[in-house]
Amino acid sequence: MSDTAAGLNPADARNAARDVRRRKLQAFLFVTPLLVFIIFAFVAPIATMLYRSVHNPTVANLVPETLAALDDWSGNAVPDDAVLIQFATDMKRMANDRTSGQLADEINRALPGMSSVVKSTARSLRRVDDAEISANGATLLLEANDRWSDPTTWHALKAAGQVYSSSYYLTSVDLERTADGGIAQRDTQIYVKLYTKTLRMALTITVLTIVLGYPLAFFMAHASDGLANFLMVFVLLPFWTSLLVRTTAWIALLQTNGVVNSSLMALGITDEPIEMLYTQFSTIIAMTHILLPFMVLPLYAVMRGIDSSYMRAAISMGSRPLGAWYKIYLPMSLPGLSAGALLVFIISVGYYITPALVGGTDGQMISNIIAFHMQQSNNWELAAALGSLLLILILLLYWLFDRFVGTDNLKLG
Amino acid sequence: MNDLGSDTFLRFDNVKKSYDQKSLVVKGFDMDVEDGEFITLLGPSGSGKTTVLMMLAGFESVTSGDIAIAGKSINRTAPNKRNIGMVFQNYALFPHMTVAENLAYPLTVRKTPKAQIKERVAEYLKLVELSDFGARRPGQLSGGQRQRVALARAMIFEPTLILMDEPLGALDKNLREQMQFEITRLHKQLGFTVIYVTHDQTEALSMSSRIAVFNDGVVQQCAPPAELYERPSNAFVADFIGENNFVPGKVITLEGTTAQVQTDGGTIVAQAVDGLAIGHACRVSIRPEKLFIPPTSHAHDNALTVRFNTRIYVGDFIRYYFKLPDGTDIIVKVLNDLSAPEFADDAEAQLLWLASDSIAFPAG
Repeated sequence: MSDTAAGLNPADARNAARDVRRRKLQAFLFVTPLLVFIIFAFVAPIATMLYRSVHNPTVANLVPETLAALDDWSGNAVPDDAVLIQFATDMKRMANDRTSGQLADEINRALPGMSSVVKSTARSLRRVDDAEISANGATLLLEANDRWSDPTTWHALKAAGQVYSSSYYLTSVDLERTADGGIAQRDTQIYVKLYTKTLRMALTITVLTIVLGYPLAFFMAHASDGLANFLMVFVLLPFWTSLLVRTTAWIALLQTNGVVNSSLMALGITDEPIEMLYTQFSTIIAMTHILLPFMVLPLYAVMRGIDSSYMRAAISMGSRPLGAWYKIYLPMSLPGLSAGALLVFIISVGYYITPALVGGTDGQMISNIIAFHMQQSNNWELAAALGSLLLILILLLYWLFDRFVGTDNLKLG
Repeated sequence: MNDLGSDTFLRFDNVKKSYDQKSLVVKGFDMDVEDGEFITLLGPSGSGKTTVLMMLAGFESVTSGDIAIAGKSINRTAPNKRNIGMVFQNYALFPHMTVAENLAYPLTVRKTPKAQIKERVAEYLKLVELSDFGARRPGQLSGGQRQRVALARAMIFEPTLILMDEPLGALDKNLREQMQFEITRLHKQLGFTVIYVTHDQTEALSMSSRIAVFNDGVVQQCAPPAELYERPSNAFVADFIGENNFVPGKVITLEGTTAQVQTDGGTIVAQAVDGLAIGHACRVSIRPEKLFIPPTSHAHDNALTVRFNTRIYVGDFIRYYFKLPDGTDIIVKVLNDLSAPEFADDAEAQLLWLASDSIAFPAG
């Protein structure tokens, strides 16, 4: 009897502990499939991407001996003959392996114009005798193209040969490393402008979805169940049609001889068609349409939970309806508003397909240039750096949001 | 223009309300309310009582008729201009504001000077005995405390009227009684006028100066609690307020306010209400606590022989279920003391009562 008063006896404690263990194991088993899936399909690729943005062993694998020889190079003049001979040997090997093209691409990124130099040199060295190269490699190399006598070329090779490099991140923010190791603006300023434009467009889209979605969600939340469900079908309708179809529909509407232009011309508002398709305008309008449900759904879910008595209470106390909305309803609907805004903003920052289809050149966003580097220019490292920077940017925004609004003020339903 | 009775504090003049443009939810509501009265609108759900309250607050439009305060129709006054305090069933305390900010809200929108707001908030927090809770959020308060904050918030701007829409509906029984006491205390202390909506008759009976019993959009009776309980004007009120037994019969004679009624078990005497006619069917109501089982020292005018069905032990009293000769159930409440009798199953028993404790209503 005495141990019931004191608490659990050892056997009870063991049983209780076993019970807890079993429940933990069960809980873990429930999430295991998802965990495995996420690790393979999400964590691993992201980690690879982050790694790739700083890690590029291509050149180091192609010409390891040349790079080793370059270690002792002073950097001011053309390297020693030993280095040049080693490089000529490597070039001949690569010409015969048909890997000289890879080297050409890599060096070209560091120093534009080098692609053809590398390729022609490789061609001219391909049939030269090994003994001849060991003896006269340096001369042959310098004769093949006079750019090999320029120290800048060798700087470029050395830079491209670094296995770990921050150069892709520098490129992502329109900077480059100079020959003396400093950091300077690149000649072409693309990416910072593109990031700014992407953020500005995402912000515009978020504001537009709020302007369109907030009143709708408010009306739906306070309408009768039947009407609210009916309207909900229209909100969800875009989810049931393919993204491609919806985007193409905008092409049909906005093109030069499209529905909007013919209507405007028929009404005499304009004499000649307005160029709407393939502009920032068309990207924003199509994305607003596509992302509107992501704003309406969390807003509606939160507003549905706000009893009408709050507004009534505020009004009965003498507040004007608009004042009551601002002081009472808006703060209470803020969790839904911020969830919707965050959702729309983050999705639109990384949006690809709509700007690719209706954006033209003016309406391109950062993800389009990432795709370009993945598919066309084959510069995966730069694509990875741009993507990682986008990820960091989003995490930063989320942190700011958490600081100023608070993530506990976030409610999706 | 109707005479809206400029000397009357609050007047409902033939107020009607329809939501669907076909049927009336409130079918001509008339009532005069004096300053300082505690009026309860009591009725089953869907009887129109909340609609009347919402029309008074201005959240529902009046289909026809007039609601007037001090002789001035307020039909077209915006709800925020009516100066009416309101207490809601869910309290409607603003969750993102502290208790003090909640109380300050009606004063802030009236642009009261800051120092004065602070003073008033402290005063009203003290009034509802929550002086130390000003900095808390409503979420950190118990149900009863929230209710008191809601009350204070409805009173703090000194409104013409305070409306309460089932304010105690979400509380448990003990807290409800405590809050009834609290509301009555504040009402006595401050003397404001209250329109109170509830479907709980105990609440209505214990707090009100007058109760309007609603059914199907019509006020069945509007009277002080005791009168409503003792002298219901029709069978609905007799049935709705408290418990009641109904004995079916036929009116034999009608003399002034007394009627003789022929029932299956014999002739009984009861008070008559308007609308009773000789030879017509009627129902005689007797409250369970006004019936006595012999041996008893209570005086009586009527006696009926009944059969014992069952008895239920409630605690402070015992409920006896009997059957009349025609099969109607009849309930008797007996105080749980040594005199509470025991019966065998189906045993015969006598029930006695005073004619003045029973009322004959027209049947149907």
